[in-house]
Amino acid sequence: MNSEQTDLPVPPEREAEASRLARWRSRVAYQGLSLGLVCALVALALLLGDHFTRDAIASRQQEDQLATLRQVLPARLYDNDPLAEAFRLQDAELGEVEVYPARRGGELVAVALRVGTLGYGGPIVQLIALDNQGRILGVRVLSHKETPGLADKIEAAKSDWITRFAGLSLGNPPLAGWAVQKDGGQFDQFAGATITPRAVVKGILRALQLHARHAGKLAGQPEEVQP
Amino acid sequence: MSHCGGAQIVVRQGKRPWQYFTDALWDYNVALVQMLALCPALAVTTSATNGLGMGLATTLVLIISNAIISSLRHVISPEVRNPLMIGIIAGVVTLIDMAMNAWTHELYQVLGLFIALIVTNCAVLGRAEAFCLKHPVLPSILDGAGSGIGFTWVLVLIGGIREILGSGTLFAQASSLLGVHFQWLELTVLPGFQGILLAILPPGAFIALGFLLAGKRVLDRRRAERRIKTHGELVVLP
Repeated sequence: MNSEQTDLPVPPEREAEASRLARWRSRVAYQGLSLGLVCALVALALLLGDHFTRDAIASRQQEDQLATLRQVLPARLYDNDPLAEAFRLQDAELGEVEVYPARRGGELVAVALRVGTLGYGGPIVQLIALDNQGRILGVRVLSHKETPGLADKIEAAKSDWITRFAGLSLGNPPLAGWAVQKDGGQFDQFAGATITPRAVVKGILRALQLHARHAGKLAGQPEEVQP
Repeated sequence: MSHCGGAQIVVRQGKRPWQYFTDALWDYNVALVQMLALCPALAVTTSATNGLGMGLATTLVLIISNAIISSLRHVISPEVRNPLMIGIIAGVVTLIDMAMNAWTHELYQVLGLFIALIVTNCAVLGRAEAFCLKHPVLPSILDGAGSGIGFTWVLVLIGGIREILGSGTLFAQASSLLGVHFQWLELTVLPGFQGILLAILPPGAFIALGFLLAGKRVLDRRRAERRIKTHGELVVLP
């Protein structure tokens, strides 16, 4: 095996070629052209990459959304495609809220609401599913930037805390109970983290109140609503 | 490579290709010796699994970008080498990002956040600049693999230390990264342990890295002393 692996030994004819290349490389035109050419090639590779992966990525993302929706909306409840029928609800207090309606035989049976609140590290986005009576079917945190290991117990993968909201509604517990224990409410905070669970509880309460405000309108939504 | 010195100093000269790989694991470790890529090393190592994922993704990028840049080393002008190399590295990273998102989606859900960060990982540009512009393709690939694996073990170690101290577990959720067959890796080292919050927070990363750096220096010094004692020589790396 050759112990020297650098470029050093160059035969004379190669040397002439190398010096010609070196002269070329010092010209501004060569530098600009080579840079442009490499950028064009990289762009071409990215275009090809996008072309071959776009459909697969789109269907993976669709599956992700559907998987999260399944966690809050039991699949046996509905027979439509809530993702395809998603629409935005105008609300005086919360602004635009994304709604995923679940229907069975054309009848609205439940809605999933996408609600954001401000946590400790940034926005916490939740998906909250409510049946027609305003009872919580399920809650999941879609995205958050809370402290890992401390406040990420709001994820279903880390703790069952978020599942304890199922079955509750605006009157159960009464309004004063819709807070963390530190604020006189009935929900546990985590050791060393109060702001995060407080924000989650607030988001769920907002979704419940929004549902109460728009219950008639939600139930009366026609089947085909464009986003 | 023209070190000269006392009679007891031996200069290691001329490397076999395999040595480019092994040297990068320890003696020229990108994180612990070159002190490059500390931003990803400190930011993502809240668990051993995160460290492993980031390390493996970086290794893949290092091998491919090293191979491409080294094969272009004769046509790259020194004046425009930086934008050119960054363009190539960014292209490789984005292609890997798209491919993983499309075809290894479960892995992507764990690593997705980190992959785009690799573009700004100075270890990748650092190896391109310091090594690939001067060496043929095979040593460059070996150097990329060695640097990547050297980076990976440091990340796994920092992540492991922080995870044990911060959560009492080791390799939690490794099966979502490596597949169901690796569930045995997921250990609860300290059952019922609440965890030291500091270890998970950013200062914990700096403290763990500090101890690692000190530990490596101690080991290196012991090794050198033992060498002097047994062989009566001091090996100087070129």
